[in-house]
Amino acid sequence: MKLLLENIDKPDLKSIDVYLKYGGYNTLENILGKKSPDEVTEEVKTSGLRGRGGAGFPSGLKWSFLDKSTDKPRYLLCNADESEPGTFKDRLLMEKNPHLLIEGMILSSYALGCETAYIYIRGEYMFILRILEKAIQEAYSKGFLGKNIKGTGYNLDLFVHPGAGAYICGEETALIESLEGKRGNPRIKPPFPAVSGLWDCPTIVNNVETIAAVVPILKMGGAEYAKIGIGRSTGTKLISASGNINKPGVYEIVMGVSVEEFIYSDEYCGGIKDGNDIKACVPGGSSVPILPKHLLFKESTGEPRLMTYESLSEGGFQTGSMLGSGGFIVYDEKQCIVRNTWNFARFYHHESCGQCSPCREGTGWMERVLHNIEYGHGNSDDIDLLWDIQRRIEGNTICPLGDAAAWPVAAAIRHFRHEFEYHVKYPHRVMDADHVYQPEMKTLVN
Amino acid sequence: MSLIFSQDSMAEIDRLITHYPPNRKKSALLPVLHVVQKECGWLSVPVMDKVAEILSIKPIEVYEVATFYSMYHTEQVGKYVIEVCHTGPCMICGADKIISYISDKLGIKVGETTKDGLFTLKTVECLGACGYAPMFQIGEEYFENLTVEKIDEIIHHFSTKI
Repeated sequence: MKLLLENIDKPDLKSIDVYLKYGGYNTLENILGKKSPDEVTEEVKTSGLRGRGGAGFPSGLKWSFLDKSTDKPRYLLCNADESEPGTFKDRLLMEKNPHLLIEGMILSSYALGCETAYIYIRGEYMFILRILEKAIQEAYSKGFLGKNIKGTGYNLDLFVHPGAGAYICGEETALIESLEGKRGNPRIKPPFPAVSGLWDCPTIVNNVETIAAVVPILKMGGAEYAKIGIGRSTGTKLISASGNINKPGVYEIVMGVSVEEFIYSDEYCGGIKDGNDIKACVPGGSSVPILPKHLLFKESTGEPRLMTYESLSEGGFQTGSMLGSGGFIVYDEKQCIVRNTWNFARFYHHESCGQCSPCREGTGWMERVLHNIEYGHGNSDDIDLLWDIQRRIEGNTICPLGDAAAWPVAAAIRHFRHEFEYHVKYPHRVMDADHVYQPEMKTLVN
Repeated sequence: MSLIFSQDSMAEIDRLITHYPPNRKKSALLPVLHVVQKECGWLSVPVMDKVAEILSIKPIEVYEVATFYSMYHTEQVGKYVIEVCHTGPCMICGADKIISYISDKLGIKVGETTKDGLFTLKTVECLGACGYAPMFQIGEEYFENLTVEKIDEIIHHFSTKI
């Protein structure tokens, strides 16, 4: 079942005429002025939709936090910053089906009572910003945006705002700072954006996929949407699959597909490249814990592990991970976990905004220690040192970037300690091997 | 002598400012910096000062933003900046080899510019193209699923572009 990618391969879907031909903006015409904003919010609550950007917070509940007691304008911001390594799903939606996002923005803004909304898109996606701006112009000219939309008396202006290269701006308060023309330094919460966000006004920030999903939810009704998927993981989810697989790309899954099916079925990843064996997988973007093969396909109970919020996190961080943003990175048996962990540590060091000492200093420290280990200059205390540093970052920063930097290091040591020990014990072999994983790693350190 | 941006850039800046409430002109800073960088190639102090004047903010408010975001060049760069993604998924699909290939081909290290001022080679963090790795960006364009042959073609294309 496809809800978001249903028509994605139709030629020129990004033009409004083609979008209209496939029933685009029908939902908007059926809702605006016919259902009250509160009824729309109720549908979204009933659907069980959870934030698709990574945190998985119930979207309808988030909307209900919006402070409606003030006279200040309210804002809806779409988070199109998509910067979590392994994640490239929102890009596909915006490039090929921009009107679905625009329709979702109008419906969501209507529910929230916003008269101005922004799509904050990462600056590197400037070519997509141009597509969105063109689509927005088309929507204005057909009367879906602007004053008195379709004669309902509802007004909405929609603009696109580019970032300029900063992972941190995917964090909602940093995104707001950036939209205000400042450095992307996250704010201390509370106050939450729903009370005091953009220009101190009540603000809701939702991911692209979340907002796009509002369209099919309102089309079929929240209760019908809630029947798709398993338990509290309702609906469909876009998964960006990358790494050593035969068919990298973006797939829309019904929540509840097994991890094994997702990796090996020809409908999705099509198995591991070059006939290799799988070693590990990061299922929800670089921030979530890496899972080794033996924990990837089965939960601790022995049940198959499924692509849902609950199943991927089953067992906590000891034996589980997270669905996160759906950035699904697969590693074959030849990949070096130390090198990958160093790479991610460098990423978080580069992206730390520098406000909080544990993150600013800790991410750089972890990068240096990991670099030493990877390049054959590590010693046996370094592994425990790394564990200690990550533990002191986690939970001690204003925003979740600290946790995001700590978790991949912790999980790599937890599940692949032998590879770190091998690097420390046999530095020359590591160097000679051109950083490729050595099969004897496990046996030699034991 | 005051710096002047082109009429096209000024028209675009005026359009961008209308996206925000009249008393929130500063919000246009990021998009405006993209416009002037496109015209000037990089953000020199006089360029940033002019932006501050246009948006009625202090120059320091522009400097602190220009130095925070990785897309803004606060030093001179080549006409084409090759920005190779080297984060996890690209790394495991051969980004390192791509970087050394370009480096050897152009005779420059990462961070350097060719003598003719045409190319700068940079490594960048995740560009959201993980499924189409390895990749790089030049200007607003993404080049994905790169091979040595493709890189030769792309560099040839930009070398001969007028």
